[in-house]
Amino acid sequence: MLQLSALARLHVGPVDLAVADGECVSVCGASGAGKSLLLRMIADLDPHTGDAALDGQSCAAMPATAWRARVRYVAAESGWWSEIVADHFAADADVAALLPVLGLPAEAARWPVARLSTGERQRLALLRALGPGVRVLLLDEPTSGLDADNVARVEALLRAQCAAGVAVVLVSHDDAQAARLAARRYRLCDGRLATAGAI
Amino acid sequence: MNPTTVGTPTLAFAAAMVVADALLSALLGLGIGRALLVAATRCAVQLLLVGLVLAVAFASASPWLVAGVVAVMFAAAAREIDARQRQRLVGIGGRTLGGAVAVAATLVTVLPALATLGATPWYAPQVVIPLAGIAMGTVMNGVGIALDSFTTLVTRERVAIEARLALGASRVEALRDVRREVMRTGITHIVNQMAAAGLITLPGMMTGQILAGQAPVEAAKAQIFVLLLLAAATGLGVIGVVALAVHRVTDARDRLRLDRLVKAR
Repeated sequence: MLQLSALARLHVGPVDLAVADGECVSVCGASGAGKSLLLRMIADLDPHTGDAALDGQSCAAMPATAWRARVRYVAAESGWWSEIVADHFAADADVAALLPVLGLPAEAARWPVARLSTGERQRLALLRALGPGVRVLLLDEPTSGLDADNVARVEALLRAQCAAGVAVVLVSHDDAQAARLAARRYRLCDGRLATAGAI
Repeated sequence: MNPTTVGTPTLAFAAAMVVADALLSALLGLGIGRALLVAATRCAVQLLLVGLVLAVAFASASPWLVAGVVAVMFAAAAREIDARQRQRLVGIGGRTLGGAVAVAATLVTVLPALATLGATPWYAPQVVIPLAGIAMGTVMNGVGIALDSFTTLVTRERVAIEARLALGASRVEALRDVRREVMRTGITHIVNQMAAAGLITLPGMMTGQILAGQAPVEAAKAQIFVLLLLAAATGLGVIGVVALAVHRVTDARDRLRLDRLVKAR
């Protein structure tokens, strides 16, 4: 279980939230409300007050690298540090088998990143965040630039991840998507999380 | 051949050539004439003043005077490194980081080298001042360029660096490519200088020694010694400044801290 206790930075927080294994919660809110900031705090990518814990083990009590190996943040803008797609995946990942899950050809593993479209990059950024040790996915608008078919693929993947016990915190402007995926929906308003709806 | 001395007519000829360049620039509207003239005048005044100061230092042979001259050179180089930065590190020592590393790298390299030269006394101004000066000048370039490239690159590559951090990479792993690129940039000029020495250009110091009547092989040996010393000092300075800069723009929780950078102007 992911437990947030009085997490706060700048105009966001304090935020308290518990997300069970395999649960998906969504967060919506106006642009600039601090949704990305909240995800970054959970991933411990920015200094903050309060704490996050996984199964009772505090983020502050473990190395940041170990925390982020379990609690993965996928930013709205994907970053690339090497020329070839496969270089961005873990050394032991079967990239060619992974790519078709989100509608990408297996040979895309050998493609240069420069030839990828925004949507392809977005899907690859999600795929590379998956792994055997991942317990929580923090997703910032994971389908914002995708067509309907690929949105469906991403949603199916997220359902499969949840079924496998991975918790998902989904930032999305798409209320319909939040309703399809999330067990609990929240709105970030004035720095606080308020319940936006329940299923 | 007798040692060649540069007299007033020779200097006047060189100056006239620069003036001719400036006139050509004015005729063709190239806009480089003023910069050339100002730089040439500044260079002449600076070097003549340095010549006078060195004459006094060489005559007195006081270790304190030698230390004073070296300290002024180091302070000027540290200021120059700071002036070249487009972004600066905030906090204590942010503006002096590059200068401090350059001074340390120069001292660590030049001081042991002095021992191998066997000058008497070891602090002989004729040896210490030129050697420290040429080493500091080269290290200054390497460190200044490396630090500026680092802050520029780390800002430009923020999304890629944070993507690696978000996947569980440590700050060292996430910044490995940036560090490698910056170090390559920092040592490029000294590597090029060594690669071109003798084949494409005759280094200034060797040229000067030959003109002063030194045997070419002896001049070559002295030039090799100096170039190797400069390469070692620059490598050390670049490695040091990049390591410290990595430490300053990240924190113990392996976060990228671009809030610790501010625009210089």
